[in-house]
Amino acid sequence: MTSSTTAVRPPRTRGGRTAHPFLRYALRRVLTSLLLVVGVTLVTFVLTNLVPGDPVAAALGQRAAEDPAIVAQFRATYGLDQPLVVQYFTYLGNLLHGDLGVSTTTHNPVVDDLAKALPATLEIALGAIVLSVIIGVVLGTIAAYRRGKASDHVLRVVSLAGLSVPTFWLALVLYYVFYFQLHIAPGSGRLSSDFSTPPHVTGLTTVDALLAGQLDTFLDAASHLFLPVLVLTLYTVGLLTRFVRTAVLEILDQDYVRAARAKGLPTRTVIWSYVLRGASIPILTVVGLAFGSLLSGTVLVEAIFAWPGIGSYAYQAASHLDLPGIMGVGLLIGVMYLLVNLIVDLLYGVLDPRVRLAS
Amino acid sequence: MGGIDLALSRGGIHGLAGESGSGKTMTALAVLGLLPGGMTASGSIRLADTEGPGAGSDSGFTELVGAPRGVLQGVRGRRVAMVFQDPSTSLHPQLPVGRQLTDHMRHHLGLGKPEARAKAEALLDRVRVPDARGALSKYPHQFSGGQRQRIAIAVALACDPTVLLADEPTTALDVTVQAGVLQLLRELADGGDLSILLVTHDLGVMSAVADEVTVMRQGLVVESAPRQQLFTAPRDEYTRSLLAALPGSSFEQAGEDAR
Repeated sequence: MTSSTTAVRPPRTRGGRTAHPFLRYALRRVLTSLLLVVGVTLVTFVLTNLVPGDPVAAALGQRAAEDPAIVAQFRATYGLDQPLVVQYFTYLGNLLHGDLGVSTTTHNPVVDDLAKALPATLEIALGAIVLSVIIGVVLGTIAAYRRGKASDHVLRVVSLAGLSVPTFWLALVLYYVFYFQLHIAPGSGRLSSDFSTPPHVTGLTTVDALLAGQLDTFLDAASHLFLPVLVLTLYTVGLLTRFVRTAVLEILDQDYVRAARAKGLPTRTVIWSYVLRGASIPILTVVGLAFGSLLSGTVLVEAIFAWPGIGSYAYQAASHLDLPGIMGVGLLIGVMYLLVNLIVDLLYGVLDPRVRLAS
Repeated sequence: MGGIDLALSRGGIHGLAGESGSGKTMTALAVLGLLPGGMTASGSIRLADTEGPGAGSDSGFTELVGAPRGVLQGVRGRRVAMVFQDPSTSLHPQLPVGRQLTDHMRHHLGLGKPEARAKAEALLDRVRVPDARGALSKYPHQFSGGQRQRIAIAVALACDPTVLLADEPTTALDVTVQAGVLQLLRELADGGDLSILLVTHDLGVMSAVADEVTVMRQGLVVESAPRQQLFTAPRDEYTRSLLAALPGSSFEQAGEDAR
């Protein structure tokens, strides 16, 4: 972005307001996001406590739950005997120290559990979003350029089918076909049993394996990634293709595209530099939304492929009424949403000089 | 649309007038082979091969109607360039001005980046955009409407075309800056080799700069004459009513009579 920094020179640098307009924009967005994080803690806390069902009984089991002394002791240990408001502020205070409580299922600090599970989820979610963006942009652009022709109709039907198929069903079918029938895909989990996890750097098995120079571990990890990533990709690629088609169609009608053609530029340049650049802002918006829905869509997929990520952890915590675990997952997913939104907002500034340079 | 017969002379401005929807813009787009989907041009659009890449061809001209894509792409922007109505939509809002001035230069003329930028700077000077060097790294929204249209004209001039199609180049501009842009077009035409087709619904604009004027209505040419003749002695009824619609026109009376 060297051109942008030079472009910023003239407007409103006088009068002591020397802050770069984009920095102010970014700062405002970051502050708004922090406020929203507080909102997310409140919502997760309240929602979790609204859940019907007694977490004490779920944690202690039927017999222990019938003994009032044990129950009272359990409630005191986890602070459940305090009023809700006090519980919330205790929760907030602990949160500031990076303490999300102790899971009543795994008996580990929730923070440690989540830190272990997050990279696994990120690995499939990032893989899926990168793949869907590449495929979605290419197919959507082709469909827009061939509007009304056979290939456009085929792409539209296929993407609608991709949108309509339930993810968990697709996951089960693909698992059955590729693992049980064809023996092409490896079984569940992140690595086959005869491989050990590479030294922890990023937590992404594929990346860590490459960093450690273990090529065979990388290949094994990649083959385990294949099916879950494929399922999640099919889930978002339909949405992206349809959206990119609409966005590109709208841009194709813009004067600046006609002007670029009138300049005699090759079609390739017109598409890359003019059409897709113009469509990049609406596309970015929908990619952010798609990534958000991927994070929640990953729960069932992880459960089916026994993928040790946030989704599996949420599933396990929910089925055991593990309140600290559920709140931790809720908070993490909420914060991820906000983070994705923040990144999208900041990228608007990178992509659009009108956002970047306006005060 | 049909029966449109136009001839552009070197160093002249040919005005194409008519109300909106009369086919003026389509005529300009047809020259570049850029008619919107489903429409085709028939007949003949000939571009004289006097200089530049087409010079010395056997026929002495390039036929643009039905020309293969490669030929058209070599003509667009290189030999025939276009200026659009609204510079706030015809310049890409996300690309720096310098990039939009140089990408077709580099493609058509094979210039390197520094040469193209130097030429772009000279062009901006020529169309009188202040601080030409600094302007190269700015974005369209950082300029006023009049300056943006000057930039769009500079983009059109970048590869030294012989024909400039100007589609309502002043309509979207403030009245105060319209005269400056028109004067610039006049100077460019007077500079020698450039022929300008000035498409506008505004006969006031036409009377100020055009050498020849063609009036269109509902896709047909109703009258074509040198400016002086058209404005003083229009032959067609429709031309008269257009002239009568001009404020302060001496045809006011005639217009009343015609009705």
